[in-house]
Order: sequence, then structure tokens, then C-alpha cells
Amino acid sequence: MRRAATPLLIVAALALGGCAIEPWVAPYERANLSDPIMSFSRDPVSASYMNHVHEVREGARGAGSAGGGGCGCN
Amino acid sequence: MRRLTLPVLALLCSFAAAPAAAVTSGSAAPDFVLKSAAGSNVRLSEMRGQVVMINFWASWCGPCRQEMPLLEKLQQRYARLGFVMLGVNVEEQSQAAQKFLKDVPVSFPILWDTSNSVSRLYAVKAMPTSVIVDRDGKVRYIHPGYKAGDENTYSDTVRALLRE
Amino acid sequence: MAATRSGQRYGLLAALLLAGGAGAAVLPEDRADLLYHSYDGGGVEVSGPSLLVRKSLGDSVSVYGNHYVDTVSSASIDVLTTASPYADERTEQGAGVDYLRDGTTLSLAYTNSDESDYKADTVSFDISQDMFGDLTTVTLGYSQGNDKIGKSNDPAFAATATRQHYRVGLSQVISKNMLLALNLETITDQGFLNNPYRSVRYLDPLSALGYSYEPEIYPATHTSDAVALRARYYLPYRAAVYGEYRRYGDTWGIDANTWEIGYLHPWRENWLLEFRLRQYSQEAADFYSDLFPRQQAQNFLARDKELSTFSSRSLGVTVSYDPGLHWNFIERTAFTLSLDHIQFNYEDFRDLTKAAAPGSEPLYEFTANVLQLYVSLWY
Repeated sequence: MRRAATPLLIVAALALGGCAIEPWVAPYERANLSDPIMSFSRDPVSASYMNHVHEVREGARGAGSAGGGGCGCN
Repeated sequence: MRRLTLPVLALLCSFAAAPAAAVTSGSAAPDFVLKSAAGSNVRLSEMRGQVVMINFWASWCGPCRQEMPLLEKLQQRYARLGFVMLGVNVEEQSQAAQKFLKDVPVSFPILWDTSNSVSRLYAVKAMPTSVIVDRDGKVRYIHPGYKAGDENTYSDTVRALLRE
Repeated sequence: MAATRSGQRYGLLAALLLAGGAGAAVLPEDRADLLYHSYDGGGVEVSGPSLLVRKSLGDSVSVYGNHYVDTVSSASIDVLTTASPYADERTEQGAGVDYLRDGTTLSLAYTNSDESDYKADTVSFDISQDMFGDLTTVTLGYSQGNDKIGKSNDPAFAATATRQHYRVGLSQVISKNMLLALNLETITDQGFLNNPYRSVRYLDPLSALGYSYEPEIYPATHTSDAVALRARYYLPYRAAVYGEYRRYGDTWGIDANTWEIGYLHPWRENWLLEFRLRQYSQEAADFYSDLFPRQQAQNFLARDKELSTFSSRSLGVTVSYDPGLHWNFIERTAFTLSLDHIQFNYEDFRDLTKAAAPGSEPLYEFTANVLQLYVSLWY
């Protein structure tokens, strides 16, 4: 866990690998994914406040709150 | 963990299936039959002789909703010159689309591609996607997505093809 | 008063940024939110407004501004045992810009936090890229923060701290009904990291109570790693369930686990209900003790309950109502009420307001209620 570098390497390798992948969920099949209830960050103002509340009272920090819900819906 | 990188990459790459017979500019527009909102079946090849714009859309797609009234304008302006717009709805269930069309009525045919067979046939890569077919049934223009101003490009392309 | 530890100042910013990068190849919606927030628990009351306004400029740029206020009145357990109750205000201002081009989003943000004895500035940069047919979004981010710490009862006191964040995020479409997100964040800080007002206690046979206080001393460096995995699943009747797990570890010896599950249920066109449960637990920092055996017992000393071994459990409900109103340039409105009830149970932090032999006081516990009330406008 201390080594954040390893996942980073994998991500970078994937990004640079540039292998073309035929998407298994086509753009026209994203009706449900595009529904606002599927958003990881539906209300940013509220998510950031709750994140703040937790960080003030807990030792842990980071990787909190919403982190991208990319579904390429639109 | 590092030992896993290559196999993982290889596995992901193995998903790279041979792409479906690509619809490209210049190729013959694949024919299809779909049920329309009016209840009748519509076949693309029966439109031969007209310039056809096929618009793949969904009610859950923001840009699609945004361009719908503009597509209606295009239909109204060019219909009498030999142009027809086909709105291919890609949703498995049509209720949401029908509700949307009540608010934003259009005069051109709306076709239900509930099984996504036509979306697959045209290898739709973005929502919305617009395909413009000339009088000879050839695909001449493919436009993925929609952003403000794109309707001018549609209009120019349609006008040029009508003149041919 | 620096009633809060320094790390928290970045929470708001990070969340805003991450939210900014969300959604494959689409800029965030134009919307404004006016929030009233209130926290009440353990003798601490914090409330105030927050305003977040976002607007796109053309097709590829979106800007936002945020104004946030905490009005604090504290008679917390720490204040009751070692100081006197106080009131203070913290103001946070932030602004950012997102630039989208061909599936790549670049985000830049600045935040300033200001209270009478604590000033913090942060700049952040994030880059987000869609790949693999837009099924995957990868985000890389970096933030740098500079803090200036003062002390209200000692004008001569001045200290600084700097902070760096490194973030990696991956969000993945798993199926037509499921999304997964993986986030990693390493944060490293240096400088004056403790709270200048807080003390530790040690056994002191000369004191009437049996113990005395001395100022706490933290290490001058701190590095933490957090990894979070989130999943969201769409249920066939239009509802969603989500789950989240986060694991945390740092160079101070704190280890923490967070679990959260939730359920979202749209009701009658206009309503959206959300229910959630959250469980948090942590192991104490290596240099934490509720009662040190003697004065200067070791080089680092802490008795912050935030660094102790404890767990908390919370239950939350959110109700959102969209009246279907739209007029002029306003396309949509929503009114939201959100309540969270949190129970904190400390395992090695004792309640010194209850007299007992040193080290045998009852363990401290408290509950807190968090209220949010906000109006959202889309335009």
C-alpha cells in the first residue's frame, strides 16, 4: 500500500500501450449508466462538505469523496 | 505486482475483437428495416433517390435532446427538395423517448431500434451519431457527437448532396 | 483558533476537483448550489453557508467558484479539560477551471482558507483521459499546499507547513448496469503539523489530580497512503446501490478502514431518496497515549482523540425534491435535505470531565448530527 507507484505503472502502461479495445458496452447501451442516480458525485457541494466533516474527525485522509464516474454517456 | 502488468495488458488487448464491418464515407449504406413511431415499417433502400440523414439518438443523451429541434428545422427546410431525416432511437424501452417527443414534437420518422441491431450495423461510436446518405445510397458523411454549431455542417452537407 | 488539523483543508478542494473531472469527456453541468450546513456534536457546533457556482464558457471550458464559511463555537471535551470554550470563523474561497478537448480534461484550481490563526493556500492540477472506447477514465492529479499557523494567545508564535498530494483515479464501466472506481492518494506534509493549543497528560504524583499537562509534539513529517474502491449498480426498477471501501495507512502508524453502503430510490417522478450506512475504524498513532507515564516520556507526544484508536458509525438519509420548476434561463431546480447521525466510540481516549483515578476514567463517546439543506439550480 505504501507503493502507490505500482498501480501508477500499470495505468501508464495501459495508457501508452494504446491497444484498441472494442468496447463491451456500446455508446448506445448506456441508458442506465447515464442516469443521475449512477453518478459518483451527484451533488459536489454536499460531497465536499461531508468529506470535510470526516477528515476533521478522523485520522485518515485522501482518496475520499467522489472520483469520476466516466461513462461516456453524452 | 509488476509481474502481473504484462499478462493484464495482454488480456485487455485480447478484447480487441475484429471491428464490425466498418461503415465509412464512400461505402454503400447498409440497408435496414425498422418499425416507426407511426406504426409502419421503414426500409432505408426505399428512400433511394433522396438524401437521407440517419440520426442515432436517445432521450437520456443530453446533446441528442439539444439537437432534436435543430434536426426538425433541417427536415422542414429541405424535405421538399428531396431530403428525409430518420431519427433512430437506440433505447430498449421507448416510453422515455415517447415522453420526450411529446415535449419536442418532430415531423420526420422516428424509428425504434430496440434490439440495437441497426446501431450495431452502423458501429455507432458516440451518442448522438449522424450519418448522411446520398441519392445513390452511399454513405457520404459520418458525424459522431453533437456540439453547438454542428447543425451548420449538417445543413451545408445536405445542401451539397441535394445539388448533385 | 486552529481547532482543526491541517489536513482537512484539502478535503473540500480535492472533492471539488475530483467532481470536476467526473463524467467521461463531458464538462460538468452549469449549476449553482447554495448549501446551509450544520454540525452539532461533542460540544462543538459548526454551521455556515457554502455557495458553489459553475458555468461553461463555450464548448470546452468550464469555470467555478466556491465560497464556504464555518462558524465554530466549541466547548469540546479538549476545550473543557485544558482550555476555555471559544468561537471562531473559517472562510474558504476557491476557484477553478476545466478545459476539455478530445476526451482529455485539464483542471486547475486554487483554494484559500482563512481563520484568525490559520491560513492555507492550495493549488491543484488534474488531468483526466477517456480511453478504451470511453469505458475507462484515468485521472492523475497533484496539489501543493502552504499553511501559515499562528496562535491567538501568543502573537510571537509563527510556524509553517507544506503539503503535497499525488492522486491517481481510474473509473471503469463494467457492464450496462455497473460502474467501478479506484482511487489512490498519497499525501506528504512537512513542518508544524500539530495543534498549537492541544496538550498531552502525564502521571504526576505532585498534582492534586494525579496528572498534569504538557504541550503535544508531533513529528515534522507525515506521509499517508489511501486507496478506495467504489462500485455502483443500477437495479432493474430504476434504483441504485453503491458500496465503498477505503484502506488507509501512514508513517505515524495509523491504520484505518472505511466502509460505506447506500441505496438510492427515485419516487414519483419528483423525489429522490437516499439511505446510507458508514463504518469507520482506526488504530492509534504510535506516539499517541491517553496518559503518558511521566513528563517528556518520549520524543513525540499526542493525545488528540483524532489520533487514538476509535470507531464511528453513521446513518444518513437524503431527500431531494425537484418541483419541475423552470423559468427564464433556469432549466431545473431541486431542494435537498440531508441528515447524518454519527456515533463515535473511543477505545483509549478517556473522558476527564468524569473524576476517577488517573487512567480509569470512563472512555469517551459522543454522537453528532450533521444537517445539510441546499437549493440547486441548473441553467
